[in-house]
Amino acid sequence: MQLVFLLEQVVNGLVLGGYYLLLALGLSLIFSVGGVVNLAHGAFYAIGAYVSLEVIKRFGFGPSIVVTPLIVGMIGILFERLLLRRFYKSDPILSLLVTFGLAMVVEQGLRMLWGAAPLPSNMPAELKGNVILGEFLFSKYRLFILGFVFVVMTGIWVLLNKTSFGLVVKAGVQKPDMLAVLGVRLQPYMTSIVALGVSTAALGGVLFGPITTVHPAMGTEIMTVAFVVVVIGGLGSFWGVVLAAILVGVVRGITIHFQPTAGEASMYILMFVVLMLFPRGLLGERIERLE
Amino acid sequence: MNTFQKPKASNQIDSTSRRDLIAKGLVLGGGVALSAASSPIWAQDNSPIKIGHLTPMTGFLGALGEYAAQGIKMAADEINATGGVLGRKLEIMSEDSVSPQVAATKAQRMIERDNVAFLMGEISSASALTISQVAGRNKKLFINVGSRSDVLRGKDCSHYTFHVDIPVTVMVNAVGQALVRDNMVKGKKIFGVTADYLFGHDLSKAAKKFWIDNGGIWLGEDLVPTDGADFSPYLLKIRQAKPDLVASNLAGNQVTNFVKQYSEFGLPYPMVGFNLNTADAWAAGEGNLGGIWPTVWHHELQTPGSKTFVANFTKRYNRVPENHAWIEYVSLRILVQAINATKSTDTEKIIAYFESQAEFDILKSRKAYFRSWDHQLMQEAYPFTVKAKGTYKEKWDFLKFGEAVPASNQSLELLATAKADNTCKM
Repeated sequence: MQLVFLLEQVVNGLVLGGYYLLLALGLSLIFSVGGVVNLAHGAFYAIGAYVSLEVIKRFGFGPSIVVTPLIVGMIGILFERLLLRRFYKSDPILSLLVTFGLAMVVEQGLRMLWGAAPLPSNMPAELKGNVILGEFLFSKYRLFILGFVFVVMTGIWVLLNKTSFGLVVKAGVQKPDMLAVLGVRLQPYMTSIVALGVSTAALGGVLFGPITTVHPAMGTEIMTVAFVVVVIGGLGSFWGVVLAAILVGVVRGITIHFQPTAGEASMYILMFVVLMLFPRGLLGERIERLE
Repeated sequence: MNTFQKPKASNQIDSTSRRDLIAKGLVLGGGVALSAASSPIWAQDNSPIKIGHLTPMTGFLGALGEYAAQGIKMAADEINATGGVLGRKLEIMSEDSVSPQVAATKAQRMIERDNVAFLMGEISSASALTISQVAGRNKKLFINVGSRSDVLRGKDCSHYTFHVDIPVTVMVNAVGQALVRDNMVKGKKIFGVTADYLFGHDLSKAAKKFWIDNGGIWLGEDLVPTDGADFSPYLLKIRQAKPDLVASNLAGNQVTNFVKQYSEFGLPYPMVGFNLNTADAWAAGEGNLGGIWPTVWHHELQTPGSKTFVANFTKRYNRVPENHAWIEYVSLRILVQAINATKSTDTEKIIAYFESQAEFDILKSRKAYFRSWDHQLMQEAYPFTVKAKGTYKEKWDFLKFGEAVPASNQSLELLATAKADNTCKM
């Protein structure tokens, strides 16, 4: 019986991992291609959640899943063009400071626009409740999230691995100078990567808002987890991030099963262990200019 | 200073003591000059009375803290608009208390550098405890406005600290009898989820005593860190424990998240709890909440004072006040009444006034007073339930508030910890 309970936590951890993945993948992409740790990534998650509230109010939950990431993606384009672009070549400490500052400005901005009080956000009634498969209990809504994340991730994988866009991006990670020699401007690609990254973060906000509440500090809260997942997975690797997200979710579930108070600490212990064994993260590539 | 010196010739002794005298004179003179600078004659002034106000404005209690800061600001503005206190204005310095450690540092800084006359505020019991310790060391009055842990009024009580909000024992007792009446306790297997910090532990202790005293079977509890937003692993553990009843000892937005995800997972066991602020209930949204909960105040209270307060607050901030807005508002008025009555801002005089069990109008039907021996404000509380779907119009409207407890013919101390059960020694 104990084993079944444990297995249930493992499966639940997979679902949670899917959600971490939405945030971590964009963060990892922006870091790998631009060499910038976007500490404002969580802010786009929060913006996504708030924008979705307004979209849901007018058009309903379904359209919000599509429309919100598009809106936030456009904000992402502005963010890259006006701000982030200036810092690819500069001292990393500058981009850290700028994105960290931006995260604080956005959090306070959300507080001024919508108030500090958490806002209710409800899932559609059809997705509420549970499905029982054998011994396992699943939340319908989270199964929906998992399915949705699967579709989005497949799309991103195809984009990065089966298109010329992906080829340029991958080359840009390893040999940006060679690309320049070949006459390829990396800037429009970087803009697209940032737009893609922040719109997946916004999608996370849309999907997770109904599970928790929508409040200004939600971005800061999730940022740490996303960052831990990227570090565990390693830079430049799609599958590294996928593996790490699932691992963090599963380890958290198992930890809570045995030692509930250590639930939030478990991922840091995991990160510690992984970095001891694999200093570049689980599947991290050697990226010369970042070493 | 001469203890270790050899005996000297008389002229040497003379010269030493002369030097001594000069040195002492300097010290004394300086002291006099300093004390003159801060003497009542110099300070007899129109300089504002500074009040250091600390409350969490970020983190899992941040939403409540925003109401708190708005409530005290509104009270101060109203008082200042009518001429202030003793001819002086009130100046509220509101800051985010962040964590127990930061709260203590800020309290110390407010006393030393900003020269505040009083400290007020807090929602987090852990931060209230560290502020209370700083206030005690500096012999300053601290009005703990919004934190509810029993130990603050018990083991860790202080001569310098007074408590306005209802403590956990009162919260448990306020709705406990309703649960017993509805046959929700006796013989039921109960599983708890508890916030892993001072308040949660304290509430769990009081709640567990209540469950067991009334014939419930305690299956155990999970402690939940205050920084996590996903409860799914805990929900699975609840299902594995197969309880008859789930008891929440959570705090702040934890309650909101738990209530929402409990409803998302559709677990069949009824859920009860003793701590839910109206802002957190509103955030849970319709259709997710059930059960009976206690509160210290609510915006539908039909007293003339409360009605005026709700109208003014709603007009000013464009939203309905939550219980933490109300409690900060009345707490500042309690302090102002004490300053006016004693014609002083002296800490000991104010404490003596509070300990005289003077009565305060807190916008409820009955007046309130501080119990002299544990510094707890004695006042009415109210239970609330959730209206059936479709019987309310807007989101502020889905809670249904019950009659005041204790009833008007009962002692206000009925629900509070009895002196014999309280370990407070001042």
